[in-house]
Amino acid sequence: MNGAQALLKCLEANGVEMIFGYPGGSVLPIYDALLDSPIRHILVRCEQGAAHAANGYARAAGKPGVCLATSGPGATNLVTGIANAYMDSIPMIAITGQVPTSMVGTDAFQEVDITGITLPITKHNYLVKDPAEIPRVVQEAFHIASTGRPGPVLIDIPKDVLQAQCLCPDADEKPVVDIKGYRPNVKGHPSQIKNAVKLIEAAKRPVLMIGGGIIHAQASAELFELATRANIPVATTLMGIGAFAETHRLSLGLMGMHGTPYANLAISKADLLIGIGVRFGDRATGDVAKFARDAKIVHVDIDPAEIGKNADIDVPIVGDARIVLKEFLKLTPPMEQTEWMDQIAAWKQNRPLKYRADQLTAQQVIETVGNLTRDKAWVATDVGQHQIWTALFYKFNRPGSFITSAGLGTMGYGLPAANGVQMARPDDMVILFTGDGSFQMQMQELGTARQENLPLKIILFNNHALGMVRQLQHFYCGKRYSGVKMTFNPQFSSLAEAYGVQYYHISRQDAVESTLKEAFDHSGMVMVEVAVDEQEMVYPTVLGGKGLDELIVCD
Amino acid sequence: MRHTLSVIVENKPGILTRVAGLFARRGYNIESLVVGETENPQVSRMTIVVDGDEKIIEQVTKQLHKLIEVIKISDITQEESVHRELILVRVAADASTRGEIMQICEIFRASIVDLSRNSVMIQATGDQKKIEAMLTTLRPFGIREFARTGRISMVRGSK
Ligand SMILES: Cc1ncc(C[n+]2csc(CCOP(=O)(O)OP(=O)(O)O)c2C)c(N)n1
Ligand SMILES: [Mg+2]
Repeated sequence: MNGAQALLKCLEANGVEMIFGYPGGSVLPIYDALLDSPIRHILVRCEQGAAHAANGYARAAGKPGVCLATSGPGATNLVTGIANAYMDSIPMIAITGQVPTSMVGTDAFQEVDITGITLPITKHNYLVKDPAEIPRVVQEAFHIASTGRPGPVLIDIPKDVLQAQCLCPDADEKPVVDIKGYRPNVKGHPSQIKNAVKLIEAAKRPVLMIGGGIIHAQASAELFELATRANIPVATTLMGIGAFAETHRLSLGLMGMHGTPYANLAISKADLLIGIGVRFGDRATGDVAKFARDAKIVHVDIDPAEIGKNADIDVPIVGDARIVLKEFLKLTPPMEQTEWMDQIAAWKQNRPLKYRADQLTAQQVIETVGNLTRDKAWVATDVGQHQIWTALFYKFNRPGSFITSAGLGTMGYGLPAANGVQMARPDDMVILFTGDGSFQMQMQELGTARQENLPLKIILFNNHALGMVRQLQHFYCGKRYSGVKMTFNPQFSSLAEAYGVQYYHISRQDAVESTLKEAFDHSGMVMVEVAVDEQEMVYPTVLGGKGLDELIVCD
Repeated sequence: MRHTLSVIVENKPGILTRVAGLFARRGYNIESLVVGETENPQVSRMTIVVDGDEKIIEQVTKQLHKLIEVIKISDITQEESVHRELILVRVAADASTRGEIMQICEIFRASIVDLSRNSVMIQATGDQKKIEAMLTTLRPFGIREFARTGRISMVRGSK
């Protein structure tokens, strides 16, 4: 057995069913071994697509996604996808081939120092020098990627190591992971938990601030129980969307730079903020000096380094969200909070989310798609205005069903991520909301989708613009629009045809629902192009340096 | 304030890059970093002197902990510890000043390790204060060059 075969055996032992990859010289041994392995290989069209697909797969399957690339340009094409997974704490294993050990460091053909390049964007990485290390390294990589705060791990393997003979890894006896410097703490400190519950009992205006940590920890049921028992409204970050049912009366929806008025007002007026699985990122807090000024802050997170990094914390709790919430539930009594509930209801009534009704908008389409598919579909997005509108108007009820690039904001993430989701969930409905700009960054992945017969439902908002940047220029550059007009877009109908994708077009408000229904009834892959106005803005919006309560809304 | 962190890391290639990269990336101010073997061949000890307020030091420590190969971090700033640095200094010296320089060396328990017609090389060990004091005293003679290690430290008492 050679190193490549051992690698695949070890992946298999870790439950890997499929790999998203692209071949090349230094990974020939892996591709050869794949022919005899039960692991499926999904050939993408560009390595960045492999990384995003592994990301989408991980989020939908609830286990690490695996991507594979050759040395040099293959490896560097993964970089954006690795950084993206790192920022959103997505468990992923990236495997790269490397030039033979004897040539490492000589600027050999297709040599790049990918462990060096990915040092700041991986949770950990390995350069394997001996095939005998493969079982341990793979075992550690999966452990590191999927425990604690999840994240990407890269394994770089020189070609000669892949070719070298080694012992067959023992299928029944996985190596025991023993990493002295890696012992994530999952149990919250009991006295801090008591302190937090005391604050909950004393609070008059509590708010739960929820992030992706709840989804990673699968703690939505516990969160629901806490929120409903103590009547605490729930605001979420972009990563936290869906962790708490957005159609529930206690849901405040998205908070932050483009948060709902009621979420941002509630946080600004709160006397207690309980942040769980969040990192108080700048998009969520606005100007941090003005953030939740009247509130004591409890912060629960698995990553100790997040606590106190951005916001000053009164009660820090390091632990797994689910385990800590279970402890909260043992101590928290039912509470009414009548006044606060009335205030929240009044805000929702008087400061609702709005969009213009006199012409076709992305918001209307997204809201309609939400009404047609809520609770059953997975929804991926690209990055831009359409992304934020999806976050605001779809109304997600299912934890993890909103698949977006939050921390890095990577245009081009959507389509390959949707491919990964659909691969993990072949029988479910997968919707992609994308923009004309983002779509053109990775649209070659249509090829991957068609090759695998994925019945994706693509909804493409064509405003002939990089709308989100145009919006920034509107607010920050005195409406001097520069480099944001897509003066040439392809005929998306012809593009769809070229790929054998059923195409629909929406240009009128009264056609929205009927066209969507027709498209969703189609059993194969569809593309619905929606003609929208480039002048439309994402509201609410909080401008730079402002507090969350200083939001601008749609008039 | 200056903090001394004693960091036990796995003795693996690349760990120095990981640590140094972390400091550079997050904009922390490293004053010195010394890495070397310990009694256990599987681990190395890094002594890192870093400047920053409590909040920064807390972040430095937490971020260091996130490196998989970092096993243990102790902030020994407040502890009774022995700190040592080593310095080699080449000082201008001719027959007329050599005697005085040798006296200074004696006071600082430094030794002369090389001699030429117009200079001497001095070796000294001690904590930072002592090294600084010696340099100040030698400066009037003309310091030609010096090379200095960073600080290594160990907590006093039985363990
Ligand atoms: C890779 C990448 N490059 C640039 C940006 C900056 N950026 C953010 S949103 C955006 C425009 C997105 O345009 P489109 O996909 O058409 O969405 P729209 O805002 O028009 O809905 C750009 C250029 C980015 N986020 N990612
Ligand atoms: Mg656009």
